[in-house]
Amino acid sequence: MTEEIIIAGFGGQGVLSMGKILAYSGIMEGKEVTWFPSYGPEMRGGTANVTIIVSDVKISSPVLHEYDTAIILNQQSMDKFEKMIKPGGTLLYDPNGIIYPPKRKDIDIYMVEATKTSVEMGNPKVFNMIVLGSFLKIKTVVTLDNVEKGLQKSLPERYHDLIKLNIDAIKKGQEIIEVVYSCRN
Amino acid sequence: MELIDIIKQENIVYKKSKVLNDVVMHYCPGCSHGTVQKVIAELIEELDLQERAIGVAPVGCSVFIYNYIEVDWQEAAHGRAPAVATGISRLNPDKFVFTYQGDGDLASIGSGETLHACNRGENILIIFINNGIYGMTGGQMAPTTIEGMVTSTTPFGRNAELNGHPLKITELIAKLPGTSYVTRQSVHTAAAVRKCKKAIKKGIQNVLEKKGTSFVEVVSTCNSGWKMTPVAANKWMEENMFPFYPLGDLKDDIKDEPASKN
Amino acid sequence: MGELRLMKGNEVLAEAAIRCGCDGYFGYPITPQSEVMETLMASEPWNTTGMVVLQAESEVAVINMVYGAAGSGKKVMASSSGPGISLMSEGISYIAGAELPCLIVNVQRGGPGLGTIQPSQADYFQAVKGGGHGDYKMIVLAPASVQEMNDFVDLGFELAFKYRNPAMILTDGAIGQMMEKVELSDYKPRNTVDEIEKIAGNWATTGKKPGNRRNVVTSLELDSARMEENNLRFQQKYKKMEEEECRFEEILCSDAEYVIVAYGTSSRVCQKSLEIARSKGFKVGLLRPITLFPFPKKAIAKLAEKVKGFLSVEMNAGQMIEDIKMSVYEAGKNVRIEHFGRMGGIIPTPGEVVDELEQKFS
Repeated sequence: MTEEIIIAGFGGQGVLSMGKILAYSGIMEGKEVTWFPSYGPEMRGGTANVTIIVSDVKISSPVLHEYDTAIILNQQSMDKFEKMIKPGGTLLYDPNGIIYPPKRKDIDIYMVEATKTSVEMGNPKVFNMIVLGSFLKIKTVVTLDNVEKGLQKSLPERYHDLIKLNIDAIKKGQEIIEVVYSCRN
Repeated sequence: MELIDIIKQENIVYKKSKVLNDVVMHYCPGCSHGTVQKVIAELIEELDLQERAIGVAPVGCSVFIYNYIEVDWQEAAHGRAPAVATGISRLNPDKFVFTYQGDGDLASIGSGETLHACNRGENILIIFINNGIYGMTGGQMAPTTIEGMVTSTTPFGRNAELNGHPLKITELIAKLPGTSYVTRQSVHTAAAVRKCKKAIKKGIQNVLEKKGTSFVEVVSTCNSGWKMTPVAANKWMEENMFPFYPLGDLKDDIKDEPASKN
Repeated sequence: MGELRLMKGNEVLAEAAIRCGCDGYFGYPITPQSEVMETLMASEPWNTTGMVVLQAESEVAVINMVYGAAGSGKKVMASSSGPGISLMSEGISYIAGAELPCLIVNVQRGGPGLGTIQPSQADYFQAVKGGGHGDYKMIVLAPASVQEMNDFVDLGFELAFKYRNPAMILTDGAIGQMMEKVELSDYKPRNTVDEIEKIAGNWATTGKKPGNRRNVVTSLELDSARMEENNLRFQQKYKKMEEEECRFEEILCSDAEYVIVAYGTSSRVCQKSLEIARSKGFKVGLLRPITLFPFPKKAIAKLAEKVKGFLSVEMNAGQMIEDIKMSVYEAGKNVRIEHFGRMGGIIPTPGEVVDELEQKFS
């Protein structure tokens, strides 16, 4: 198994930390992982993205020109990365701020109203965990148990009381994901 | 009395420090470097520091100071002696680390390293020879060349408008919280040498007691570069340099403390 | 098995330094490597191993602090990126001239000038051909993973002390900023005063011992005949490095008709290109230099006997290709040697490399 993922959105949406938790969960699962971020001024206010590869075998290139899954959280990232999903691949997006929804017919498309739901849950900060939950519903690259262990490893101890909140958000994301289009029909 | 009766151990009133090597110094007759270096060697011997002292040599006339004073040395790149000394001192806090630098080295190309080492309060002694000229390269203008002074790159005298103002870097250094003792001395008379030796000794003791940076400027002559006889150079220094670079302590944080702390 | 962690390459450099018994680190902030000093400062190693960490006023001061501390026999390192390494080049030349061991890391960004902060391999010439003034060489290690960032810190120090010469880890913003699984090395104690005396007592400024010759660390020798002798000694040392320290990795080279030569980040990209090219029936192999100086000349010469062409893939305008050409020329061979590179902080994609292979060699 090798899953090549791009997560892309605005700086401040928790794109990099979502990737980090996914990568750490992968290690807990005994898998090979790379986490390759965009860095520098690109992050501040602008777009941020991170390429995550989770694999059973040693990973070659951390930089890719096509992805199995794109998790897209703003319009700029939709414009850039929709076309870089492999045929038969997966696109997961939050409709908040998306003006031009995805149009491709050779990929599976899913939607999660994470922004809206996180506000309803009274904690906009768990937005990225809701998205992560939806992703894990589609692709079980890691188990929820290992995500919990990943959270324990990647969060400083003073934030460990927030782990339950994050796990709840992940479960919420697994519930509210919607299928927009399936290329397998 | 026969000569043989005079040359006896018990009649010795002065001898060369054993920390000063039997190497002929390359300095010009009348140069202040030899005197200051002799003083440093004597103090290293008197304070029993030969095994603990690590000197950092500059680029300039005194580049070969490491041939004269018998301790471990590191030869620094031009201006970088305070950074080199920082590296040695930080990793070897039990050593006595000192730099010996001229005005071009310390106040021009190395001004950044000098100010920052002093501001961090590195436990080092900096000995600064200020003769207002680049001696080794043939007498060009230094940052400390006083206004009106003729050098090979200010052939009509230093003009502040054209060449910038002379830099009183010692005054700047005295303002920095990292320094505990900042003084300006000279070695043009026997009395001045004695005073200078006392100042350097105090600087060394401050370093040993980890009181931060000590900084001793020695206003000096360069009779070759100034194109004067040694005697005329001393006179010119007294009349022209001392009014602009007045001698004495600029800062002494230690003097008010009791002599012994039990 | 050592401790497993998910870490950035830059963070690993810091952790590996502490664990391998490094005595001191001097640094100045510059993207994309600032995490090295940040991680060290947050770890406060002076409370545990006694390692000194100091933020200097400039890269010029950094390298001279390294010179001072290395001259006293300590294990010291510094890290920076291209613009800072340019400033350090004077000091590196002095360190090489005074024959002192130290480890310098260049987390490359795109140049020239202020350039970009994105990854690049444009400092290859600077690292392997000298960089500073005078005839000198450094051992240059090129990690291709976060794991190798860990491993090469200890190796870099080992080689630096073996040859009393600066060693460099030449990496880039991609590996510095990337997180991967890493097995950290076990803790090694710092050298004791007695050990330093044993290792470096005959050259380091550890203080003159009674009755012993003192040590003077200098690169100055005004007598030309003696300076030439020094130079000859340095050249012998560099030759020995070429004979004994060359490291490289060959992937799928045994049946290859074409060989990609790439190091560091671009070698990772090219491993994926190999998979794609092979699936298309293109018999391609990869030679990954691990040491850039010494360069794997013999391995290239051997491959030149059987392959139809080399493609040098670099994140620059074509620098390592000169060493490939030299290796082939010195072996008396005549093989096509092409270059493909992206510049300005852009990493070539695996697909681009395959397109280039097809265009140039089919």
